[in-house]
Amino acid sequence: MTATEMKERLVGRALKRREDPKLITGHGNYLDDIKLPGMLHIALVRSPHAHAKIVSIDASKALAMPGVVAVFTGKDMLDINPMPAAWQAAGVKNYPVPPRALAVDKVALVGDPVAMVVAENRYIARDAADAVEVEYEPLPAVVDARKAVEPGAPQIHEAAPNNIVFEWECGNKAAADAAIASAEVVVKEEIINQRLIPTPMETRGSIARYDATTGEWTVWMTSQAPHVHRLLLTAFVFGVPETKLRCIAPNVGGGFGQKIFCYNDMAFTMWAARKLGRPVKFVEDRSENYKYSTHGRDHITEAELAGTRDGKITGLRVKTWANIGAYFSTVAAGIPTTLYGRIITGVYKIPAAYVHVTGAYTNTAMVDAYRGAGRPEASYLIERMVDRFAAEIGMDPAEVRRKNYIQPEDFPYDNGLGLLPYDSGNYEPALNKALEIAGYAEFRKQQAELRKQGRYLGIGISSYVEICGIAPSAWMGGQGWGAGLWESANVRVHLTGKVVVTTGSLPHGQGLETTFAQIVADELGVPYEDVEVQWGDTQGTPFGYGTYGSRSLAVGGVAIKRSVDKIKEKARKLAAHLLEANEADIVFENGRAYVKGSPDKGKTIGELAAAAAVAYNLPPGMEPFLDETSYYDPPNCTFPFGTHVCIVEVDPETGHVKLLRYIAVDDCGNQINPLIVEGQIHGGIAQGLAQALYEGAVYNEDGQLLTGTLMDYAVPTAAMVPHIETDHTVTPSPVNPLGVKGAGEAGTIASAQCVMNAIIDALAPFGVKHLQMPATPERIWRAIHGK
Amino acid sequence: MTTITVTVNGVRYTSDVEPRLLLVHYLREHLNLTGTHIGCDTSQCGACVVHINGVSVKSCTMLAVQCDGAEITTIEGLAHNGQLHPLQEGFWEKHGLQCGFCTPGMIMAAADLLKRNPNPTEEEIRHGLEGNLCRCTGYENIVRAVRYAAEKMAAAQAAD
Repeated sequence: MTATEMKERLVGRALKRREDPKLITGHGNYLDDIKLPGMLHIALVRSPHAHAKIVSIDASKALAMPGVVAVFTGKDMLDINPMPAAWQAAGVKNYPVPPRALAVDKVALVGDPVAMVVAENRYIARDAADAVEVEYEPLPAVVDARKAVEPGAPQIHEAAPNNIVFEWECGNKAAADAAIASAEVVVKEEIINQRLIPTPMETRGSIARYDATTGEWTVWMTSQAPHVHRLLLTAFVFGVPETKLRCIAPNVGGGFGQKIFCYNDMAFTMWAARKLGRPVKFVEDRSENYKYSTHGRDHITEAELAGTRDGKITGLRVKTWANIGAYFSTVAAGIPTTLYGRIITGVYKIPAAYVHVTGAYTNTAMVDAYRGAGRPEASYLIERMVDRFAAEIGMDPAEVRRKNYIQPEDFPYDNGLGLLPYDSGNYEPALNKALEIAGYAEFRKQQAELRKQGRYLGIGISSYVEICGIAPSAWMGGQGWGAGLWESANVRVHLTGKVVVTTGSLPHGQGLETTFAQIVADELGVPYEDVEVQWGDTQGTPFGYGTYGSRSLAVGGVAIKRSVDKIKEKARKLAAHLLEANEADIVFENGRAYVKGSPDKGKTIGELAAAAAVAYNLPPGMEPFLDETSYYDPPNCTFPFGTHVCIVEVDPETGHVKLLRYIAVDDCGNQINPLIVEGQIHGGIAQGLAQALYEGAVYNEDGQLLTGTLMDYAVPTAAMVPHIETDHTVTPSPVNPLGVKGAGEAGTIASAQCVMNAIIDALAPFGVKHLQMPATPERIWRAIHGK
Repeated sequence: MTTITVTVNGVRYTSDVEPRLLLVHYLREHLNLTGTHIGCDTSQCGACVVHINGVSVKSCTMLAVQCDGAEITTIEGLAHNGQLHPLQEGFWEKHGLQCGFCTPGMIMAAADLLKRNPNPTEEEIRHGLEGNLCRCTGYENIVRAVRYAAEKMAAAQAAD
């Protein structure tokens, strides 16, 4: 290859994933696949009561069973601190009560662990857990966030009077009140965003090993953020230097937010490994995951939207009760505040908006980030209210959207809610494209015709904007987040010219090894096969805050690019020295540094890497090796957007919904690997439409989880999800040099309201204006028949 | 303890097992074949699907002792002489997996489906895989992967 021949660019190509060969042949390495010599197994004794005092725990029968090594209770572990409450609501008083490793004195939810059995194998551990006798004194429970903060509700924690975690607000109350008081039209709705269970197909767990001679632990964990867990577990829970803990996330079988948080099992496995001097393993079964690992959403909201008869939206007022669950999970308060309230007006210019959120403890599983985290709740709310408004004034919902969109010339756009400015956007082309694919005008005619025949079809539109690349540390500091959110990466070109990238990001299905390698191969001009991407082990990767918030490309990926830039700069200097040329005359292109105007006079990156590594002949002052680390803290988040359209048919006899078409037009900025982007969109949509139609975690009034297994909680099968038609527009982000925004959560953020708007459109002839999710046949039948 | 003899991926094993030992734990913990996964405790998710005497079975719902004398194929035994099964190829080509946790069970279930119905429609694929859950892909690319495999297998048969 000569300098003038361009290497074919990989960025933008739908390469199949390099992660896959081991995963399709059964050679992945997930947490429960790991066996250590002498490893013991933990089974937990969990509370059957939602709220109770622990009167006594008698482990004598369990301890007498062969193969049982020990039984521990919460009181044994008072030498370690509770789990950290890392993200608290900004600017207001918070009442964080995070869980301890095991419950002490009282339990606050069904599934709260009160004791742990450690045994030689998992069967014995489970048998012995059943033999531990616990006496409880049951207390009244509360599961509904709005009821929990009413006077007279059962009090869950002494440290949180009236079960209030925080009361938070954003926007301009006076302006919103005035807009609503003086509006031509006001629509008002109670909107419930029901509780969901994230359900990664791999449940969670931890394996801990302790070396008493050095005082060091190694913990394998199902984690989206092992560096953060290392920091939290050492500095906050155990009070030891972070250098004493190595965290390893092996292959992680999906996360969807649930594996971001610092959980009690990370702490009790560490504690037990130290106490017993043997490695210990804890892996949840599915029922345990459903009872105790975090849930998502669970908002009750009263919303009012004001506008003019000709379709201009003039104000929005929102009051939300956010269920936080029994304890404060790691970033629980950030989700229904910053990531929800501050983007409540979505893609619309709404001159006056105000959001008030009350976070409440209840006797339920902890609620924290679940795919989209706050943005799906916001997007659902505004998109339902906009449709409600359109119906009220008798205007086409697409027209109302057009009339109120933030316009391309408005960017960067400050929505007045305390968010950083939206970086870039062009909303109407995405809407137009989606409507065109759907054949919108034609559909409306067909819809009217079919209604005459007693067939009820509906079309739903959802235009969304979301917050990705969640980062700027200074801004996040002001949002109550107790840490930074930069990312780092190291890139090293070895003597043989092979490139190793280590990243603090933590892929768990997103295909980052492939995406990152595409970027590095292009930027450095080396063969794709020569780039290896390593992640997951805090020993050997630079610090990273982790993979969530659709941030790993826009933050972690850019950190990699910056390291490559530094390597190219060093390579250029070295080339100038070796070629005896002026540094200013050296061009780096296509993996080769050459003298400007004399393309034949040059050195390849491989030659330069070798020269830098052997270091016989370096320019004065240059250190050996092409090895660069970067810490990237972006100036802003990114704001992907798009419009989804869904067509449904509702059977009025049975209330059954048939999804006829689902069309997604998304704009995530530049796409590095369209195959992966499309996959992320598909999966996101399936989770959002499942919220609309199938899923919902249900507790009875006593706090028993009625949807406690996959038998009762309706994760959709292939037959319950429609064919998904995807397309996109491209509006690069000006925030980062890759022009990327993020795609991991968009599908989920866009889809629930898209399906609901379609169903409610279908039901318009029956006078149905709103319906709560999930839109089960029973709920629809009742809405049609007024029962 | 009960003594069982099974053939797994062509290798014969004789083991002493507790009568209550689940097949999935036998495969994972006794034979170290950890490609077969456990995603639930109610036989819903299908991450544990293997073939017993050529038929797909959820290995979390069978006891090891019930398999005495059986021929078992797990995901590790699906590729032959380094040649991926057309389904494995299809899942790779069509991005039919993300986190990969459900994938072994999904592929094993799809292999059984294609045996019974070599040329399934999209709808038949979706119904045929109802016993397997995937939380990452929205199933779109899994359907494409199975179609890919069906076409590839049909082409190979036509060539024979």
